[in-house]
Amino acid sequence: MTFTFVILGVVTLAGAMAAMSLRNLVHCALCLVAAFGGLAGLFLQLDAQFVGLAQILVYIGAVAILIVFAILLTRGSESPQQPIVAGRWLMGVAVAALTFGSLMVSIVTSTLISSANGPKPNVAADISVKKIGAKLMTEYVLPLEVVALLLTAALIGAVIIAMEEQARLAPEGSQSH
Amino acid sequence: MTDVLDQIFILLKHWVLGWPCWPDSLRPILSVLLSIVPLMLVFALLFGIATVVERKAIGRIQNRYGPNRVGLPFTDIRLAGFGQFIADGIKALTKEDIVPRAADKVVHFLAPVALIVPVFLAYSVLPYGRNMTPIDMDAGVLFFFAAGAATELSVFMAGWASRNKYSLLGAMRAIAQMISYEVPLIISTITVVMMVGSLSTVKIVEAQADYSGQLPHWHVFTPWGLAGFILFMIAAMAESNRSPFDLPEGESEIVAGYFIEYSGFKFALFFLAEYLGMFAVSGLAVTLFLGGWTAPLAFLSWLPSWLWFFAKLLALISLFIWVRGTVPRLRMDQLMNFAWKFMLPMALINIAAAGLWFFLPAGFDRWAVCSAMLIVPYVLLGRGLMGGKLFTKRTYRYAE
Repeated sequence: MTFTFVILGVVTLAGAMAAMSLRNLVHCALCLVAAFGGLAGLFLQLDAQFVGLAQILVYIGAVAILIVFAILLTRGSESPQQPIVAGRWLMGVAVAALTFGSLMVSIVTSTLISSANGPKPNVAADISVKKIGAKLMTEYVLPLEVVALLLTAALIGAVIIAMEEQARLAPEGSQSH
Repeated sequence: MTDVLDQIFILLKHWVLGWPCWPDSLRPILSVLLSIVPLMLVFALLFGIATVVERKAIGRIQNRYGPNRVGLPFTDIRLAGFGQFIADGIKALTKEDIVPRAADKVVHFLAPVALIVPVFLAYSVLPYGRNMTPIDMDAGVLFFFAAGAATELSVFMAGWASRNKYSLLGAMRAIAQMISYEVPLIISTITVVMMVGSLSTVKIVEAQADYSGQLPHWHVFTPWGLAGFILFMIAAMAESNRSPFDLPEGESEIVAGYFIEYSGFKFALFFLAEYLGMFAVSGLAVTLFLGGWTAPLAFLSWLPSWLWFFAKLLALISLFIWVRGTVPRLRMDQLMNFAWKFMLPMALINIAAAGLWFFLPAGFDRWAVCSAMLIVPYVLLGRGLMGGKLFTKRTYRYAE
């Protein structure tokens, strides 16, 4: 456990905890971004450059902006009056415990851990951005294309929903002028 | 001698590191500091000088003098006004820091800091000269864009935390613009990554380091490279919120945009971040299209590599200033239409042209085919977007 790992871990955990417990939703979103950033740092520290940088590009650059705009455009950024701890916290604890347990089991039983006593395979040095790109373009080209198709469909769907609303509003708008 | 001059900064660093007074545990940190601190100082100084140059150049374009008074303090030396940035810096430091009562104090304070950090991070992957890349990362270009993506949230933080309608509007404009122009920016970069086959900035420069005769193999001297360079520079101007894409500031409509409620040194930090972002993206343009630190003609290679990088960087900064002085600001709908209806299709066509360039045999045919592939859509898109309107010389009703 190195010094950088401690810093990044603290940032990630503190950010996640603050994201859960703060009252102002925009503050929560910003703390979540800190957690994302810490996570990206952890990936980079493990030499997983592509995952780390994609984490920053996608989560901090796009998802965080989306969350923040969703908050601003829906409920407003005023602090809610209800208590922080929701009534159904028991359920939340159960879900969290279940998730943690399933992750734990899959990690502990994985082959990487079971060979921990022997010489560890150097996974990080093997995964360069170039290799990931090559794999995506050869072995995993079909899943990639399917994802691309799905995203394009979602994009067109979003545009159509937005356009319909405009068409419906247009006659009313022209009357009121 | 030329080799020593070329590597002088690396030799200096190793010389300082070799001093016996450092304990061994400190050396790695010292090595990092010796790479970072000079860069930060050089670019902060360049920021200061660029502000004066910009004000003087725009003054000339607008038929006035610009700053020409302040020179060295306590002397009569004027330096043609180039001491202005020192006076500005002192002024920014000593001004009162006003925070609105309704503002979100913590986020308001953090926003300029969160903006300046990723901007500086982007500098860590640029090759400033031969062997002068702070971090030679396998995914350098990706790192640059990841750092750039992190600035958008800081802009939102500034706009939201000020609790001011204008600042929030400015932040929304800035984010919409940054997200829209990030797409053509990255797509025009992809052509270079495709041709070089690497995301490493060092490898991209090395791929352009050859000469045929006296002429260099820069990417800008190919049809796809030229189109990519122009698209990249336009998108870079929009990314760094420079005129003609300075709608987020829009003095005539929303006063100053997202940093309206900032004063004193925090305002200076926003200013600094804007300029440093411009320098960084110009540095990337130099790396991607203008051959990085390589000399423009083979017989000029004896000059130090870092000198060429900074010469090209300054040339691009002058281009930014020139464009700012000559082109009027766009409207919001023009901005969005330009990004999605013109820049994006051209950038996508450019990828196809680059692919074709790669597979066709070298020669005149390759030039003709790839140029036609770019010029024809350019003309058609341009004509189509004009919407059948005929633009002639503008006539003014009252201002003749």
